[in-house]
Amino acid sequence: MRGEKPKLTEVEEIKDTSDFLRGTIKEGLEDRLTGAIAASDTQLTKFHGVYQQDDRDLRNERRKQKLEPLYSFMVRVRVPGGVCTPEQWLVMDDIADTHANGTMKLTTRQAFQFHGVFKRNLKATIQEINAALLDTIAACGDVNRNVMCNPNPYQSELHAAVYECSKKVSAHLTPGTTAYHEIWLNGEKVVGRRDEEPIYGKTYLPRKFKMAFAVPPSNDIDIFSQDLGFTAIVEEGRLTGFNVSAGGGMGVTHSEPETYPRVADVIGFCLPEQVVDVAEKVVTVQRDFGDRTNRKHARLKYTIEDRGVEWFKGEVEDRLGFKLEEARPYRFDHNGDRYGWVQGHDGRWHLTLFIQNGRVKDAGAYSLKTGLREVAKIHDGDFRLTGNQNVIIAGISEENRSKVEACLKEYGMRDSCHQSGLRLNSMACVAFPTCGLAMAESERYLPGLLDKLDAVLAEVGLKDEPITIRMTGCPNGCARPYIAEIAFVGKAPGKYNLYLGGGFAGDRLNKLYRESLSEEETLRMLTPMFSEYAKERREGEHFGDFVIRKGHIAEVKSCRDFHV
Amino acid sequence: MTTSPTIDSQSGPLSGETTLTILYGSQTGNGKGVARQAMARAAELGLPAKLKDMGDYKMSELKKEKNLMVVVSTHGEGDPPDPAIELHEFLHGKRAPKLEGVNYSVLALGDSSYAEYCQTGADFDERLDALGATRLIDRVDCDVDFEDAAEEWIEKSLEAFVDKVDMSGPAGGVPTFVPVAAPKTTFNKKNPFNASLLEMINLNGAGSAKETWHVEVSLEGSGLTYQPGDSLGVFPTNPPEVVSALINALGLNPDVKVEAPTGEATLKDALSHSYEITLITRPVAHKYAELSRAGKLTKLLGDDRKDEFQEYIYGRDLIDLVNEFPVAGVSAQEFVGILRKLPPRLYSLASSLHVHPDEAHLTVAAVRFHSHGRGRKGVCSTYFADRIDEETEIPVYVDTNENFKMPVDPATPMIMVGPGTGVAPFRAFLEEREALGGTGRNWLFFGDQHFTTDFLYQIEWQRFLKDGILERMDVAFSRDQTQKIYVQHRMLERARDLYAWIEEGATLYVCGDESRMAHDVHEALVQIVANEGEKSREDAESYVKDLQKTKRYQRDVY
Repeated sequence: MRGEKPKLTEVEEIKDTSDFLRGTIKEGLEDRLTGAIAASDTQLTKFHGVYQQDDRDLRNERRKQKLEPLYSFMVRVRVPGGVCTPEQWLVMDDIADTHANGTMKLTTRQAFQFHGVFKRNLKATIQEINAALLDTIAACGDVNRNVMCNPNPYQSELHAAVYECSKKVSAHLTPGTTAYHEIWLNGEKVVGRRDEEPIYGKTYLPRKFKMAFAVPPSNDIDIFSQDLGFTAIVEEGRLTGFNVSAGGGMGVTHSEPETYPRVADVIGFCLPEQVVDVAEKVVTVQRDFGDRTNRKHARLKYTIEDRGVEWFKGEVEDRLGFKLEEARPYRFDHNGDRYGWVQGHDGRWHLTLFIQNGRVKDAGAYSLKTGLREVAKIHDGDFRLTGNQNVIIAGISEENRSKVEACLKEYGMRDSCHQSGLRLNSMACVAFPTCGLAMAESERYLPGLLDKLDAVLAEVGLKDEPITIRMTGCPNGCARPYIAEIAFVGKAPGKYNLYLGGGFAGDRLNKLYRESLSEEETLRMLTPMFSEYAKERREGEHFGDFVIRKGHIAEVKSCRDFHV
Repeated sequence: MTTSPTIDSQSGPLSGETTLTILYGSQTGNGKGVARQAMARAAELGLPAKLKDMGDYKMSELKKEKNLMVVVSTHGEGDPPDPAIELHEFLHGKRAPKLEGVNYSVLALGDSSYAEYCQTGADFDERLDALGATRLIDRVDCDVDFEDAAEEWIEKSLEAFVDKVDMSGPAGGVPTFVPVAAPKTTFNKKNPFNASLLEMINLNGAGSAKETWHVEVSLEGSGLTYQPGDSLGVFPTNPPEVVSALINALGLNPDVKVEAPTGEATLKDALSHSYEITLITRPVAHKYAELSRAGKLTKLLGDDRKDEFQEYIYGRDLIDLVNEFPVAGVSAQEFVGILRKLPPRLYSLASSLHVHPDEAHLTVAAVRFHSHGRGRKGVCSTYFADRIDEETEIPVYVDTNENFKMPVDPATPMIMVGPGTGVAPFRAFLEEREALGGTGRNWLFFGDQHFTTDFLYQIEWQRFLKDGILERMDVAFSRDQTQKIYVQHRMLERARDLYAWIEEGATLYVCGDESRMAHDVHEALVQIVANEGEKSREDAESYVKDLQKTKRYQRDVY
């Protein structure tokens, strides 16, 4: 560099000139000649929860047919803490059929996702979502995304207290622009009134920002993968406050070692009433210091790694005007879900259902989508989406339990949790055909691969052993692969990088074991390792720990070890 | 004609000559970045150059290039980036042109952790060489840290091109075009030329109820020429299953010899090639009634029952006639003696010879329907769709249409209304306008059933719009919403502008379905003239008639 100011990224320019996220979205929606919107607007609609995609299965075929790609939109519904009412569930279910591809995806961030929404149906979709008192703003984009919260069904009061905090932070950090109403909800542009974003400013954050609330011993929301985490500290049954953690993140680019995943650092403790303030100040530090010249180096994890945790903590505390207390002891046991029935402290019942890859659809006798719709019609509690793409039918009254069970039976869902330990702890992102970033299959491929791995595990007596396994179609990390015990990251069609050695509680990064493996090579490598694990593991030893002890893979103690 | 100000979209007739073309195929933007850098550097050096995205590149331009700098990346297991797929295929295909006299250099981008590292760049390098082009400098393969190597390649390439490029010629100027020669041809309707198939593409996306084929045939060696607006006459063959079912119904031997228009032939061959059997016409029905002595049929042919007869023949063919009114002991010669010769079918030409020399492009909707208990097929549309391949000799001739011609003055605006396959001639019109640098403004109305699957030639219109050849386009997709919307509705929505264009001297063209569309469009036009011109209905009608008389309102409807 010749002492010039480094050039801001193109996205920064787009945000800057967008008039608070308006761009030319409105005009683009009215253009009947294309199913797409302007390229610069595709950056802006993310902030509105809308991603332009195309059916990649058809891309080549349609090009030959002189047709543009089959553009459609992914619409992500923000559900703070993953809690929604039965009425809201029914609306989502209906939108899936009328405007989307007939299915819903429950995401790894406790949100609903619709795929295949055509441009001409976008406005109606978003209007119906808003009419159900949910929204899509800030579900994607360079802002604070859907705030996650452990759905904790049994400690009812504790969940209520933590969930309340998550909702407050979510509301506080929701963008203030009126563009969303104007574009989607036919809101009038108020003449002379200027939009303001007191927290974000007009260029928002340098990159996406993810936040979550955990309640130990469950780390189901993967607190260490988040930009900002609040871990509930419960003393004598009472919520006393939160440990604050910062600087986690997953996204990596293949063959670029200057990009890496990172687990968050615990930097202190704050009181429940300080949570909103702490969150805001962390966000503003990232707003001011995050790298806006390189989107692959723009997450908070790089800001912290480059400048040091102590600097970061000091900057946050300066802005807060007080010091964070010393972090309190806590312990996480696992980051998966616990399936089946459980009774809460308030006497109500909760059922956690396994939903493969979060995809709610009808598949022959296993009519998951219809079944959940029928449950929603009679349900007297709420639904809670989990960070592992599953759903909890929560708060069922004693008298309603048998009705819910009858539904489960009728629609073939009763035994949906009777799966291998591996499958119950699996996650996959969407990837093909809709995700523009995918380099390999993920959601459509993982179930078949699991069939083969399950067969190997069953043979060595490990059918029920919980092992976290995650797959993504690209290295950006939507299914949080780099903290799984086994992870596959897509490299090219049919080829995956295999990572091993993540922590079972989501507290340690894994490491690249082999590059660009075919399925055959994968099975050849994992089969002897499973067999060795069955024979030589210690009492309670998880697979991720075992492969490190046996020297198959080196332990990653910090993000700096990830590529070494 | 307006031209877009960005350097990316400089295109059309100005390419070629001795300027430098920097052609890039980029997936993630790195290739585009390098190409832009090269463009900027060329400008610094005063080297006239054009920047082109392979995704927007017209294959026909390739043979006009003289100096080519290629930047292309590789993805997955040796695959080209999406925008480069078509050019990559084209270079490997049988229509790849000879490129003698073309100078080139290639920069390949890639990621060495993949097995097929930089393969696409290597492919381009190899194919350009094989097609006769001259490699000015060795190809450079770049890994993920491509910047330095790319910069060095740019410098070396430009240094090499400096001697080859005419430095005086700015990237622009008057298009130079050799008019398509009109050599004498001996081929006509009586003596059709046997064309060969170059390409067939189903233009309707997966899940469409429609089946519309883009057909490209070669006229090479025929000397045949045509103007936009002309049609290609095609002599099809009948569906073989219809031929054998008819022979079965007649109880005849397929191999028996008959005297056909082409000379002696077997019954089967004669029915396949020479006679119309999939339609019933009144004269044939008359002769058949005499032959079969079917009283009921004779009555149906009575002058007082014409409507009933029309209703009867709708969706029926000769097999139905023979089954319903059997004829005993008829000879093969007697039977073919009553038949009508298989007439050629006419298809509007969808191409301009200036853009596709020696080629004829057609837009063919496959006609398939079910009636009276059997599946039915349009003879010629399914001839293309089902019965020909690259070996087939397709008998064709050019049918000129003096009543459907582009304005003589290239500055005259054109309004084109062409729903469905009616859009075919307008592809030719726009190609011609672009190739010849016609400056008149152009406005196209198109319609079909569904936007996602039935937007025929969608990406071509998008390019015409981007490059300013098309100024406006309005579309109507009838079945994407509860109420049906057709082209005439869009015309009415745009009434003010449409009338203004006509008043400014635009010529209006309508092509497609005669039975409903053409009528509805005509009615809309009269309404627009009446409302916007504040005229009585009568005056509006005479205004429109005047337009027709002065050839400013031309129709090709069928």
